[in-house]
Amino acid sequence: MLYRLRLSIRYDFARPTGVGRQLLRISPADLPGMQDVHHSSIVITPPPAERSQFTDFFGNEVTQLVMPAGLTQVRIDMTGRVRRLGEESELDLSASLDRLPDDLHEITDLGPHSPHHFLRPSHRIPAVAPIADFARKACGKAATAREAVECLGRAIHGHMRFDAQATEVDTPIAQAFAGRHGVCQDFSQIMISGLRSLGIPAAYVSGFLRTNPPPGKPRLEGADAMHAWVRAWIGAEAGWCEYDPTNDCFVAANHVTIGYGRDYADVAPVTGSMRLAGGQTTSHSVDILAED
Amino acid sequence: MAGDRADSLEQPRSAAYRPLPGVPDEMVAPDGKVRPLWRKLVAHLDALPDDGLARDLARADRYLLDSGVFYRQYGGGESVERPWPLSHIPVLLAEKEWKDIGAALRQRADLLEAVMADLYGPNELVETGRLPAALVAGNPEWLRPMVGVKPRGGHFLHFLAFELGRGPDGEWWVLADRAQAPSGAGYALENRVATSRAFSELYPDGNVHRLAGFFRNFRDALQAQATDKDSRVAILTPGPMNETYFEHAYIARYLGFTLLEGDDLCVSGDRLMVRTVQGMRQVDVLWRRLDAQYADPLELDPASRIGTPGMVAALRAGAVTMVNALGSGVLETRALMAFLPKLAPDLVGAPLAMPNIATWWCGDPAARAAVRASPRRMVLADALTTRLPFDPTDDLTRAVGLPAEVLDRRLTEGGGDLVAQEAVTLSTTPALVDGALVPRPMTLRVYLARTARGWAVMPGGFARIGTGADVSALAMQEGGAAADVWVVSPLPVPAITMARQVSAADTRMAAGGLPARSADNLFWLGRYAERAEGIVRLMRAYHTRLAESGGTGAPLLAGFDPLFRQMGIDPAAAIPQKLLDNLSAAIGSAGSVRDRFSPDAWSALHDIDRSARKLAPKVSAGDDAARALSALLRKLAGISGLVHENMYRFVGWRFLTIGRLHERAMGTAALLAVLCDPKAPEGALDLAIEVGDSILTHRRRFTLNASRATVIDLLALDPLNPRALRHQIDGLREQVDMLPAANDHGALSPLAREALRLHTDLATAEPASLTTEALWGLRARIAMLSDILTTTYFH
Repeated sequence: MLYRLRLSIRYDFARPTGVGRQLLRISPADLPGMQDVHHSSIVITPPPAERSQFTDFFGNEVTQLVMPAGLTQVRIDMTGRVRRLGEESELDLSASLDRLPDDLHEITDLGPHSPHHFLRPSHRIPAVAPIADFARKACGKAATAREAVECLGRAIHGHMRFDAQATEVDTPIAQAFAGRHGVCQDFSQIMISGLRSLGIPAAYVSGFLRTNPPPGKPRLEGADAMHAWVRAWIGAEAGWCEYDPTNDCFVAANHVTIGYGRDYADVAPVTGSMRLAGGQTTSHSVDILAED
Repeated sequence: MAGDRADSLEQPRSAAYRPLPGVPDEMVAPDGKVRPLWRKLVAHLDALPDDGLARDLARADRYLLDSGVFYRQYGGGESVERPWPLSHIPVLLAEKEWKDIGAALRQRADLLEAVMADLYGPNELVETGRLPAALVAGNPEWLRPMVGVKPRGGHFLHFLAFELGRGPDGEWWVLADRAQAPSGAGYALENRVATSRAFSELYPDGNVHRLAGFFRNFRDALQAQATDKDSRVAILTPGPMNETYFEHAYIARYLGFTLLEGDDLCVSGDRLMVRTVQGMRQVDVLWRRLDAQYADPLELDPASRIGTPGMVAALRAGAVTMVNALGSGVLETRALMAFLPKLAPDLVGAPLAMPNIATWWCGDPAARAAVRASPRRMVLADALTTRLPFDPTDDLTRAVGLPAEVLDRRLTEGGGDLVAQEAVTLSTTPALVDGALVPRPMTLRVYLARTARGWAVMPGGFARIGTGADVSALAMQEGGAAADVWVVSPLPVPAITMARQVSAADTRMAAGGLPARSADNLFWLGRYAERAEGIVRLMRAYHTRLAESGGTGAPLLAGFDPLFRQMGIDPAAAIPQKLLDNLSAAIGSAGSVRDRFSPDAWSALHDIDRSARKLAPKVSAGDDAARALSALLRKLAGISGLVHENMYRFVGWRFLTIGRLHERAMGTAALLAVLCDPKAPEGALDLAIEVGDSILTHRRRFTLNASRATVIDLLALDPLNPRALRHQIDGLREQVDMLPAANDHGALSPLAREALRLHTDLATAEPASLTTEALWGLRARIAMLSDILTTTYFH
């Protein structure tokens, strides 16, 4: 599936800003065999004082900006064309949950896609006892790691209500879980916490969803904003699989990936003083249109 | 006392010293005899009567108190400054033994460098199974943004410390590695000065290796890393609330480095810059005392408020030498000690010359079996902890205390999260407790610094001395004292001081630039101290009048009210809260510039604050208060002297002076506007002369009684009267003119221009033209100077 992407983020500041450094993680990722980027560019208005690119530890493309002082408005526009190749696999080659630790022990690489990075609690995804209990119950009958991923994803989808107003970007997962509501970020981080409690390495994926549904299909939840889902490591043979708990499905051709991290903080679209400046309003719009 | 002395004359002090059975002692050999190395010290101690010893030890304590040596302790939600707990008896070690220790630690430092280079480089140790992946990937000190970042100059590690203990067989072992930002080297220096004062007859000819050479070499090594030889090395501190901030300021002062907080720095064009009153200056060698994760909120801990956004980008660009590289905290991981002995032959070509304390990472089945087999010998802890093995906040469990099934379950379920270490015991060294020498357990902290000629070992260090007779390392959790370590040579040692290169360091200092934050704090220190003095003078005059009037509400007393209102003083209290607030604020400002501030002035400031607080609830209005305020005023004058007369006349001193002149100008303008107002009550003019501290001058210049014209002339217009408004404004103009970029070949900055205008207006004024309104107008213009100064230099 070939997609045309457009992301716009706008900041309006009540008071002129000071000099500010920002990191952007909003460009689609080139993922061999899964996603080809034909074109992608970011335009900043007004132009930054400094701008550079680097690739972070997890392989994500990062745009580094220094914005001049005295701004009352900043616009970030990303456009791109991406071919998504993913097909949902029905074949379950994953390890049993008992076998998973041994599989993991055999892995000795610490590259960006090593499962070892994603097993321990991280800053925004601590171990939460009620989530661990929930995960244990939800996956009681799962014979394989992949089944456990599906069982937990489905259970969270059933347990939680999508509500864009109920949580903030900084709401702790324990609170979102107790309130049984939230957005894709909450659904995903709760699922990751549950998977890690079961010994399944799990990563946070930031990306987009197609905005125009295939003919006859309903529009997906979360398509009008940036999206997030879960990547789980299910054994040496099967490797990674991706699951979207917000839409209760394995990830395939309807998703476009930006990057991976241990939690939201590793792949936040904008990091830096702009997000922290007082008295600001933000608007954010996304269009992901299928061309073929 | 006399009886004690008689006893001690009969029996030497050392005779009662009894090492603990089966525990090696530093002073006494297993045969019960004092070791040859210690004989001079022991003879000295035995020869001293109790009062002589007490007097000698008091010299050391006095030194520590006068220098303001303290550390900050946290507990119960608040932090307090504690005096430094010196154990007066130094630990003596023979030069020959020290050489072996040094060689072993140099090897260990090289090993740590090699491990660090691998963990932040190719990661072959994990790849080839020599280190477990979980130990690295799950480690919060392994900072992913630093992976692949090559350190400028090629080395990750520049300054390390090792915590050592001596085991039952008399051999040393490593208890812990300190690689994040080792503290204590400055305290070691202070221990040395204090201890050498206590033993001033013994130390100079005692063949004790000096510490200064080590610091000098490290300073030169750091300075050599700077690309611009005129730039200054900076020490990055978390700030005054940190436990060891005293030490950061002390070392900065001792080595002539700039002390910076994260907020002083910014990254521009991938270069690290410090905001100074002279504009942005590049810093490219940073000795950090800040834990790495706080260094950059953008790429490390986003919650950090003490970091510098972009620091990691500057490091990636190779623009900064960081001592030590960010991420070095991973080397302190306790479970790593289970693997270092096995890694040594490969990475440094030989087995470890000094073993570390036996350690088992319980993620390994063989290690779990070892722990189950002999729980009696084991202490369990979090595998990834970086705390010292005797840190009081560490969660340690003696495996032997656990029921077998609990131990078994913990090992099975959380094996990879656990580390087991042998429960070691330590040697003892003499400490004085209530005048008697007793054996106390000790550990040794040894420092290594990278210099042009490789790792240099500080010939000394500091020893932690336990509080009781329990020699298990774990008992050091109870806290204790610190002692100096004397490395004793059989031959006389060369005297070394920092002095040799002082002139070079001074040139660098001039070029370094004054951080804007320091300038701001110095300016306000000047203002707060002067304001405190103004309040004391006014209150003293008030209470004197109150006493004279017999406590009745004389009209003159009401004349004070506008001044009280102006200064926010509630006269009901003899020592007003406003004064205490000002003193706290002055201490706060001074505390942020301790690297530039004389320790005597710092002690004096604390002393007056203590006095004022002690007096506040006690003194009663009238004469009693006037006398108390006079005492405070004398102390304040002492501070002014210490601060102003003992500070090098450089940019920092100018800001301090400007603060003082500015505040005094403001106060004098208000004083004259109120007390020289034609409607002021009778006696107001005399009062103005008294508060303006110009009684004698007035008498000398004008034989007649005070009139409005004489008072205005003396206190507003006389350029020779150091209390006059004119004198402050002249001083302000002169200092402002010498600030950076103030006067560029006659082109004046807005600040210099305004100061000149004020000066001109006052120089051409006459008593009659300085009406009450004109005085208030002048005061408002003086206030504006502070605003201009702030926007020009402190942002």
